[in-house]
Amino acid sequence: MNPSEAPSTVPPPRKARRIPGWAVGALGVAGAVVLLSTTSYLTDVPQLTSTGTIQTAVRLALPILLAALGGLWAERAGVVNIGLEGMMIMGTWGAAWAGYQWGPWAALVAAAVFGALGGLLHAIATVTFGVNHIVSGVAINLLGAGLTKYLSTLIFFPLSNNPRESPAVPKFDTYSASGLSDWLGELEAQQRVGLSDVAGILRGLVTGVSPLTMLAILLVIGSYLVLWRTRFGLRLRSCGENPVAAESLGVNVYWYKYVAVIGSGALAGIGGAALVLNPGQPGYLEGQTNGRGFIGLAAMIFGNWRPGGLLGGAALFGYADGLQLRSGGKTFLALIYGAVLLLVVIVIWQLVRRRWFAAAFGILAAGLLYAVYYSVDEVPSELTTYAPHLVTLIVLAVASQRLRMPAADGVVYRRG
Amino acid sequence: MGILRGKLLPPVLAILFSALLCGIALVVSGANPLQAFGVMFAQVGEGTTAVDIINSTGTYYIAALAVAIGFQMNLFNIGVEGQYRVAAVVAAVVGGSIALPPGIHALVIILTAAVAGALWAAIPAILKVTRGVNEVISTIMMNGLALGLAAYLIGADVFGELRGNNIRTPEIPESGWVPGIPFGSSGTVFGLVFLAALLGIGYWVMMNRTRFGFELRASGESSTAAAAGGVNAKKMVLIAMLLSGGIAGLVSMPEILGRDHTYNLNFPAGIGFSGIAIALLGRNHPGGIAFGALLWAFLDKSGLALDNVGVPREIVTIMQGAIVLSVVVAYEVVRRFELAAQQRQVGRQLGTVDAA
Repeated sequence: MNPSEAPSTVPPPRKARRIPGWAVGALGVAGAVVLLSTTSYLTDVPQLTSTGTIQTAVRLALPILLAALGGLWAERAGVVNIGLEGMMIMGTWGAAWAGYQWGPWAALVAAAVFGALGGLLHAIATVTFGVNHIVSGVAINLLGAGLTKYLSTLIFFPLSNNPRESPAVPKFDTYSASGLSDWLGELEAQQRVGLSDVAGILRGLVTGVSPLTMLAILLVIGSYLVLWRTRFGLRLRSCGENPVAAESLGVNVYWYKYVAVIGSGALAGIGGAALVLNPGQPGYLEGQTNGRGFIGLAAMIFGNWRPGGLLGGAALFGYADGLQLRSGGKTFLALIYGAVLLLVVIVIWQLVRRRWFAAAFGILAAGLLYAVYYSVDEVPSELTTYAPHLVTLIVLAVASQRLRMPAADGVVYRRG
Repeated sequence: MGILRGKLLPPVLAILFSALLCGIALVVSGANPLQAFGVMFAQVGEGTTAVDIINSTGTYYIAALAVAIGFQMNLFNIGVEGQYRVAAVVAAVVGGSIALPPGIHALVIILTAAVAGALWAAIPAILKVTRGVNEVISTIMMNGLALGLAAYLIGADVFGELRGNNIRTPEIPESGWVPGIPFGSSGTVFGLVFLAALLGIGYWVMMNRTRFGFELRASGESSTAAAAGGVNAKKMVLIAMLLSGGIAGLVSMPEILGRDHTYNLNFPAGIGFSGIAIALLGRNHPGGIAFGALLWAFLDKSGLALDNVGVPREIVTIMQGAIVLSVVVAYEVVRRFELAAQQRQVGRQLGTVDAA
């Protein structure tokens, strides 16, 4: 974020990637499934890959995913968006307000509009007035929280007799691939090693799917296509990498930044709607977002400012959340066991590559985690809630040299 | 004139603009803004409001000082929020489990809080200087972890105890309390409000009269020039962050040692973020911060009266948010205006531009 921290030398050109991005993603998914089913087999905790866990995980991952996507749009255009949390809060209010009157689709639209208003404010402050991005984001978080509290006291209180809660909001109908789902259910019930795990995960993904989930997936794919495969996206990203060069080539940097940040707010707002429209929730609730905007930001960083990566980050954080919510701290412990397994694989890989220091560090971390697994009966729920924060810190500490954020991210740009 | 325009005009404009904005919001929602503001001012004389404002000012002042130290060198300590929470729990637990003579006991608790806050801030600081991790992201994550850690530590089977519907740490014995100044029925001013004032003086001296303060400001003005002048950037980051965290650790001390004597579930949240807003409003100047803290405390405590006239008191939160955003915009606009004026003046003196 500080321009002086940017490396002054041009890094040597990287070797051409041998494996395409989608293949890396597929390998990652396959690896995650193998890891989960192995852990589930070794620790005898079938909930790790049960349909219910996966369904809950998907529901909880959605808000994180959408917030992360919002962060991606803003940061690719060079605007750091700490205000995601505030925009998300505004989205929750908008969703509840329109939702209880006109149904879930109206809720989505209103949430996007309210989030976009927050984005517009951020864009005016950071792009037009050149205010520091962090400062503006913090202000928007304060403002978003205050505004929704005020509005909910004013409008929801007479309806629900509770200033902190909205009337119940109708939810989306969910869809299941019924034949497939039943067949997978039978397979899962057989409790065969590996096969049943895969069946459980797949069944969780195809049963009770909300249109919101499909929309979110479409938005991820759409964001990738727009940002990386169109002229508009190239120009938008050029504003985040080198706005001066972009301007010299005739790109209207201010306009692109405005579009990106407003879109970012709209996505964060839809993320808020995903919370309100979650079947487990009655509607708007004060403090409902509970820092999920920040976790979205974390998922984006975890995903190295790439759509596929942030999908992985959101899935991981949503999964940890869902596991805890569904089956408590005991099964969460199995996840720690899984982390140990993962570390063992990493250590072997580092040994093969003769990177002794990294391997030694990995062994130490694995030993520590195993000690935790061995000595604790149950992870306290107070701590599991914040697992995403810890994972993000660790990823930042270990891989911060490999993460590459847009070069001019957070730098105030002034035309002239 | 220059000082007046550059330093005082923006906050005044921002506050007026925010008041206007909130006034419009009130009119739209069917309330009388003049009545609302009138009620707020009248509230200061009622009950314990005046004393509450002073106490709250002290708390906000410490939080804003903690933020300001980082801001002086463009270091964004978003983590004050987590630092003061962790410090409060640790200090409350330590204070409740040791027995020392009066005075020393309180001193030990205060020092514990400062050390705990500094240690919590040390993690992002070390990550920044050794691994280049951006402090904004890491401190945000540390805030989340602080919430979890605090909730875990006061659990009934760890250090906490259940009292009715509330979970709290064991009460600090009377030897650890800091007496306040009683004003009868108007309440009691916390003794440690004076700690806030002392910290403010110390902050001013450090910034303006010590080499460290100079280097800190130099790093903020231009990190490259400071490096060329022999300032060790990493060391500055580390020290500034530790100092900031240490002061952040003291944020809740007036309340805990003056009134609550324990950390419980009703512990106030969000003071760290308010501190950021106040430091921005006061431009990192100890006097400006004092004014900002007073304004924040006034809005908080007098806003309670708004419920009596049928206005949701959350309007003051909107006002606070609007003030922060408009004050930073106002500073920027005035800065640009002055820059342009300076350029015109230079142009006139050089004779390249016709006098307007």
